Amino acid sequence: MNLTLKIWRQAGPKAKGEMVTYQVTDISPDMSFLEMLDVLNEDLNAKGEEPIAFDSDCREGICGMCGLMISGKAHGPEVTTTCQLHMRSFHDGDEITIEPWRADAFPVIKDLVVDRSAFDRLIQAGGFISVNTGAAPEAHSVPVPKPRADRAFDAAKCIGCGACVAACPNASAMLFLGAKVTHLGEFPQGQPERSARVVKMLTQHDLEGFGGCTNIGECTNACPKEIQQDVINQLNIDLRHALQQMT
Amino acid sequence: MTTTTPETTEIATGPIHGLYTEGDPVADTKAPDVPIAKMWDQRKFDAKLVNPSNRRKLSVIIVGTGLAGASAAATLGEAGYHVKSFCYQDSPRRAHSIAAQGGINAAKNYNDDGDSVYRLFYDTVKGGDYRSRETNVYRLAEESANIIDQCVAQGVPFAREYGGLLDNRSFGGVQVARTFYAAGQTGQQLLIGAYQAMERQVGAGTVEQFTRHEMLEVIVVEGRARGIIARDMVTGEIETHLADAVVLASGGYGNVFYLSTNAMGCNTTAIWRAHRKGAYFGNPCYTQIHPTCIPVAGDYQSKLTLMSESLRNDGRIWVPKRREDCDKDPREIPEEDRDYYLERIYPSFGNLVPRDIASRQAKYVCDEGRGVGPLVGDFRRGVYLDFSEALSRMSKEAVAEKYGNLFDMYQRITGESPYEVPMRIYPAVHYTMGGLWVDYDLETTIPGLYAAGEANFSDHGANRLGASSLMQCLADGYFVLPNTIRDYLANGPFPKVSEDAPEVVEARAAVEDRITRLLNVQGERSVDSFHKELGQIMWEYCGMERTEEGLLKAIDLIRALREEYWRNVRVLGSADTLNQSLEKAGRVADFLELGELMCIDALHRRESCGGHFRAESQTEDGEALRHDDEFAYVAAWEFAGEGAKPVLHKEDLVYKAIELKQRSYK
Ligand SMILES: Cc1cc2nc3c(=O)[nH]c(=O)nc-3n(C[C@H](O)[C@H](O)[C@H](O)COP(=O)(O)OP(=O)(O)OC[C@H]3O[C@@H](n4cnc5c(N)ncnc54)[C@H](O)[C@@H]3O)c2cc1C
Ligand code: SF4
Ligand code: FES
Repeated sequence: MNLTLKIWRQAGPKAKGEMVTYQVTDISPDMSFLEMLDVLNEDLNAKGEEPIAFDSDCREGICGMCGLMISGKAHGPEVTTTCQLHMRSFHDGDEITIEPWRADAFPVIKDLVVDRSAFDRLIQAGGFISVNTGAAPEAHSVPVPKPRADRAFDAAKCIGCGACVAACPNASAMLFLGAKVTHLGEFPQGQPERSARVVKMLTQHDLEGFGGCTNIGECTNACPKEIQQDVINQLNIDLRHALQQMT
Repeated sequence: MTTTTPETTEIATGPIHGLYTEGDPVADTKAPDVPIAKMWDQRKFDAKLVNPSNRRKLSVIIVGTGLAGASAAATLGEAGYHVKSFCYQDSPRRAHSIAAQGGINAAKNYNDDGDSVYRLFYDTVKGGDYRSRETNVYRLAEESANIIDQCVAQGVPFAREYGGLLDNRSFGGVQVARTFYAAGQTGQQLLIGAYQAMERQVGAGTVEQFTRHEMLEVIVVEGRARGIIARDMVTGEIETHLADAVVLASGGYGNVFYLSTNAMGCNTTAIWRAHRKGAYFGNPCYTQIHPTCIPVAGDYQSKLTLMSESLRNDGRIWVPKRREDCDKDPREIPEEDRDYYLERIYPSFGNLVPRDIASRQAKYVCDEGRGVGPLVGDFRRGVYLDFSEALSRMSKEAVAEKYGNLFDMYQRITGESPYEVPMRIYPAVHYTMGGLWVDYDLETTIPGLYAAGEANFSDHGANRLGASSLMQCLADGYFVLPNTIRDYLANGPFPKVSEDAPEVVEARAAVEDRITRLLNVQGERSVDSFHKELGQIMWEYCGMERTEEGLLKAIDLIRALREEYWRNVRVLGSADTLNQSLEKAGRVADFLELGELMCIDALHRRESCGGHFRAESQTEDGEALRHDDEFAYVAAWEFAGEGAKPVLHKEDLVYKAIELKQRSYK
């Protein structure tokens, strides 16, 4: 198929960006979206134009490195990551716009590449269980009911891609945060720090410039790992609890 | 047993074809001389201690934030050392360990099915086809149980049973259930655990994190590793980082084949640069090729995706008997025209033969022109993995329950539903057993330079068993390195190195010079086109089946390609911004050197063992035939200088706890 691509080009963090139009021809429906961009880049390289910068690593939907706004949708039209999106989701003659994640907390580095280090700092603030290596008790000394372990796992599937932030009109990171708080909060091991965790992580969230949550739900719709909005409810419950303890 | 034996006389009389020279043997000198079961305790006891108040003054650089690097960074940070951690992704959490699916082994014996440290040790040595070092593997088995305790305490959501205890499955052809898992995302969950532990130390100020930084050189001062040169991939700045010790946990080099199940950025640069500075490279040719991956769909293919091996439990593998049928709809090919070749050749193991055998047989039927799927080049490279029998035997729901997410993943990539049409699979490069040579302490031949995880050669011999890499990475990072490196650090802090010391200036200049050279070639061909061509050479001649003739040809082809590279590559853009072509260009330059060493190693090892299959050395039933009398050693290669022949040092493998046997799958 033949496609028209309108792609955000920006030379550097401080440079002014613009949309540039490219044509690609002979695209196979079996290509992944990023392979389609690879083909375009090879083409640009051959013509002596600098290839378009975009992030990806595992290309199998698990590392969270990729992420593009595709015709206004984070990761494009399917419930999956950009790297797992395939060209059979598009039609001959389509015009596709491709932009980086847009959020104050995720500044653009170049073209389609953004800086998501804010997510690391959220984890540094409290997204862990404090246990030094070697200090762990025997694994079977603490049974965990299966439903709780399963819920923890479902929340822990988050890949830290940032699509939730990009999709949210407020650029809020509550889905990411809620997923972490829920994951660790389901385990007996996560209880001692539960209240402190939610408070510290939320404080950092606001410091990083992420917006507040107004329950719109775009985050869940965009999430490639189908993290549900109930993790945000959980976060609110944990927060209320923590504030009560403090007063 | 008959064999087409290689001309062993030449081996006896000296290096083959003048491609390398032989140096003194190497020895692992750090394993204490006590019975194997007491060795690790003894080593930990002998290792000197560092006073807690002195640890802040001691710094360690760790390159890599996968399971090996992140766990080491967290643990050394907790102990109070000053750690600097590097990765090329935008967050440590994205290291390729994240992609591991199946699980992690541990000798917990929770099922009381006769598992033990000794059995895990034995299985690993046997699985490695008796080409790994006993002492390291025994320690790995000993530490395995501690890993599970540590991960559970961190909140890793392993699968559990209704009683609330951990569930296990059996994996990779062993007879006990010792594999712990978290659905099909075990690597992700373990890495998130290690990453969070490491981020906790970043918050505490003991670990400094450098993301989007690529290490491009090791700094060696007075014979010791004292730091690295790294490029800030955002600003392009070349930075000097100094420390008392350096750890490389930079993962595997499977991307030398271009197409593999590795991530796009996986590379050999960190360990190759160390190799060029004096670290020996162990068994570079040992590569694992996984039989169940989604086949190549076209020339644009950028990577290959693994489908869990568990599919072989219920799927039946076949190709058409006749070439004319290869482009037909498989559902219209009647039973009698199908060749269930694994069931035919290996009636007792059938579709469950080990990875290397399943892979090789798939190659053979496709070489005969009986492969299926799209034509890529002149061949169809795929075989059917058919669930129609399972679907009629078990019901669609039961199949979905077991394999649903794998089927979905397959459909997402290929557009075909395995419920309706047979899946197509083909082998792909998956893991590299080779890596930097290390001793019992995981120290390389450069004092103060350590290697951990897939980056070292240590534990898997010529073939790795399923679910044992994650175990090795975490054993190395949580438990082994922190204990051994303290013995080294106890002699420090070492004299301060100044940024204008000649060794530092030289390392920096070398990096800058390479970057300038790459940008200045301004040739005709893209980096990817060279990488693809190298990959084809490696896959064809140093892949599933290797021959004397093919390897010699490959060496010539690689040399010619490397020569063209430095004359004709085109890297656009500048050095002082994010420049992904430039990043790739540096990595491919190193792959072009490593590929040659892999071929030389494969050529010199005139036996078959594990994943290294020399067509000249096989049993009557086509299995790998080892020659223990001549090749029971680790090949540790020394870099002898640009254009000079590499030097082979042999480390004899001494088996005291386990008897050497020929592997058999009859
Ligand atoms: C698809 C797949 C499935 C697998 N499934 C299993 C399984 O079920 N069980 C199992 O045991 N094993 C499995 N394996 C193997 C296992 O996942 C890997 O061997 C292991 O995770 C490697 O971990 P590591 O810490 O050594 O390296 P990696 O996780 O690869 O990390 C490498 C790190 O080094 C950094 N790095 C590399 N080069 C540089 C450089 N030059 N400068 C700076 N940083 C650098 C990277 O940024 C990264 O942080 C699987 C592998 C694959 C590919
Ligand atoms: S919650 Fe979903 S969308 Fe947000 S970072 Fe995690 S995986 Fe991505
Ligand atoms: S590249 Fe890893 S999730 Fe897309």
